[in-house]
Amino acid sequence: MTRAEAMGLLIAFIARLITGAQGHWKGCAPKAEQRIYFANHQSHLDWVLIWAALPEELRAQTRPIAAKDYWTSSRFKHWLTREVFNAVYVARQRTDDQDPLEPLVEALRNGDSLVIFPEGTRSHKGEPMPFKSGLYHLASQFPEVALIPAWIDNVQRVMPKGEVVPVPILCTVTFGAPMQLEPDEDKRAFLERARAAVMTLKPKES
Amino acid sequence: MTDPRGWDVDAQIALLFVALFGVLALVSIVVALRSIADDDETAQRQIQLRRDLRALWLGASVFWVSWMLGPVGATLAFGVISFLALREFITLAHTRRGDHRGLILAFFVVLPLQYGIVGLQRFDLFSVFIPVYVFLAIPVVSALAGDPERFLERNAKIQWGIMVCVFGLSHAPALLLLNLPRFGGRGAFLLFFLVVVVAVGQIAQELASRALRLRPMVRQIDRSFSLRAFAAGVAAAAVVGAAFFWITPVEPLRAAAMAALAGGCGTLGELVMRALKKDAGVRYWGNRSSVTGAVGLLDRVAPLCFAAPIFFHAVRWYF
Repeated sequence: MTRAEAMGLLIAFIARLITGAQGHWKGCAPKAEQRIYFANHQSHLDWVLIWAALPEELRAQTRPIAAKDYWTSSRFKHWLTREVFNAVYVARQRTDDQDPLEPLVEALRNGDSLVIFPEGTRSHKGEPMPFKSGLYHLASQFPEVALIPAWIDNVQRVMPKGEVVPVPILCTVTFGAPMQLEPDEDKRAFLERARAAVMTLKPKES
Repeated sequence: MTDPRGWDVDAQIALLFVALFGVLALVSIVVALRSIADDDETAQRQIQLRRDLRALWLGASVFWVSWMLGPVGATLAFGVISFLALREFITLAHTRRGDHRGLILAFFVVLPLQYGIVGLQRFDLFSVFIPVYVFLAIPVVSALAGDPERFLERNAKIQWGIMVCVFGLSHAPALLLLNLPRFGGRGAFLLFFLVVVVAVGQIAQELASRALRLRPMVRQIDRSFSLRAFAAGVAAAAVVGAAFFWITPVEPLRAAAMAALAGGCGTLGELVMRALKKDAGVRYWGNRSSVTGAVGLLDRVAPLCFAAPIFFHAVRWYF
């Protein structure tokens, strides 16, 4: 076992110890096919939670998106995102000559699965913010890739904004039924439908 | 075969575990055989039964491993269970943002310290650490977080969770490590005795309420709890306790009294947990994960959390 694999197992173990990281596969089974998971974004831990909720054999092909300037700024951060999580780096500052989705397109061409948070930033209001258009562009370029909505619940209680030590509280990740871009669906309708698909997975307050 | 009472402590304890795992294996085989013969109708019950069996195996294994590893292992094993139970409790307690520091204190300072004290067998400090020092420390940390909304309620929740999940449960390894005169090293028997009588008390109560169709005393909380069923549970625990008197340091009558006490506390503990679940809006924790992913560990250890402290002090006072 390499150091990166050991680190991955350790991180997954800690995530499970703190949050349970239970994956509820409601609309689909965990399967080794090419997928784009898209989820609500409330905390820095969201990616780790989805990753830990996936079966171990799917983790290697499922890649997160990382902001290049931040996650390559120190050797450890770079090593963690590159070797352990196999992250796809994107530039936050948009330059005119480059499409910001280019690295994602390349990863999908390689056959990898992606996890994206289409809100673009963390939301704290309970309801997810409107989705950014990246998901639409990926869906139209790769119609054969399954789009899986996911709802991450309770994670904002584990580590509220501004705190560094997580509190052990059980969290769940609910995966919904795969969806696709309809033939004559426009961008806004699709993004609204995708957001609704994520929100229907939210567990009902009992 | 020689009389086991003449054997040394380790051999007696080995015999205890052989008997325990033997019974479990037997039950598992019977269940497995019956599941082949049965039709679909009982399938749901079979699944439930198998889940309960798996939990029993797990519990017995934890018991065994904690014994094998000695004081350190016992404290560690119960510490982990305590951690998981408290995690489940806090998940259901709907804490606020201002509770964060207090919760960190509970999970990462109070819990390890309490089990550390158990491991060191400092039973005087062990009895006052949480009820006195932590009780005063939690609201201070909470006040420093600066959120006055529902202040008392939030602190009460955290304190209650620590009392039950950490303080209560930590008496189980304490029993294991308790060094009684003329009974040295046989703590495993005491813990085994406690778990058996608590389990018997609960099962008997459940069976009695089902068989007699008694009127529930507190319909809003628990449909199976009634005074007569409770009495049946206590009586069954007492009978089993008397039958098992030879693994305790006391004579049959006192063993029966201690068993009745533990069985009664366990059953009442379960009733309290039911009330808590109703309040949190969880109907069935079972082993099926609920909305929050709570997996029902708290349910299983709650009777033990209530019975262990009472039993522990009953044993200590008697000697």
